[in-house]
Amino acid sequence: MADNMATPAGLRVGDVVAERSIHLTRDTLVRYAGASGDFNPIHYRDDVATAVGLDGVLAHGMLTMGLAVQPVVDWLAGDSGKIVDYQVRFTRPVVVDAETGADVTVVAKVGVLDDAGARIDLTVTVADQTVLGKAQVRVVLA
Amino acid sequence: MPVNAELAGRSYPAAPPYLVGREKVREFARAVLATSPLNLDPEAARAAGYADVVAPPTFAVVVQEHTLAQLLEDPDSGIDFARVVHGDQRFSFTRPIVAGDELTATLTVTSVKSLGGHSMVTAETAVVGADGEHVVTAISTLVVRGDE
Repeated sequence: MADNMATPAGLRVGDVVAERSIHLTRDTLVRYAGASGDFNPIHYRDDVATAVGLDGVLAHGMLTMGLAVQPVVDWLAGDSGKIVDYQVRFTRPVVVDAETGADVTVVAKVGVLDDAGARIDLTVTVADQTVLGKAQVRVVLA
Repeated sequence: MPVNAELAGRSYPAAPPYLVGREKVREFARAVLATSPLNLDPEAARAAGYADVVAPPTFAVVVQEHTLAQLLEDPDSGIDFARVVHGDQRFSFTRPIVAGDELTATLTVTSVKSLGGHSMVTAETAVVGADGEHVVTAISTLVVRGDE
């Protein structure tokens, strides 16, 4: 199937399928630490983050990866089982201020359409700077 | 101590089986801000054809984590955890993880590269179900910073 052909679902390469801004706070990080078991103190203690030379307390990379895919899950009518491959590169840390938090913006766009389904490419930014590179979600559409 | 260049190709023994609990899946789903009923409500998941609540895609890291600990705690690996930064991450699924799965994970180091004084260690963790069938492979590249 050529990329410029519409699929049965009417999808075309370049279509934005989901877009969302997500507000993170320190509470979000503590909740993720408990759920994931990643208790590295750079994700909740300013003194430790500063001592190791960071600009502040950082979101877990795996938290950013985990929430960035949620708009795609919702586009799939909530069926996360249709995601067959998901990859990201951690290109820039997400600093989460104790008072103001951080706002993560996700734009999900169709990158490839083929017989296997679609590749959805995520653009994930904080303050207009990309924080996840090569963020690609392979989904089956059947 | 530098990263052991001979790590590439090394496999570790399978980690003890991980039993996926329903409440753990729900807790993880809330933590990544998932709102899908399939991740949270067993009835909704069953109605969609799953045995129980479906774990969000990145839940696989919880299972993978036990195998990464084997690598990081191996004194022969030469990896100083204090210098490790997560470079990239990938999950490739044969099927999603659902509550009730008993998963067994086995890590293999697939490559060790040097780049500008840093080492890049790529490790693949293959996760299989109680039936021995493949569920997901989790691939991490760890960047180990060299001496300043």
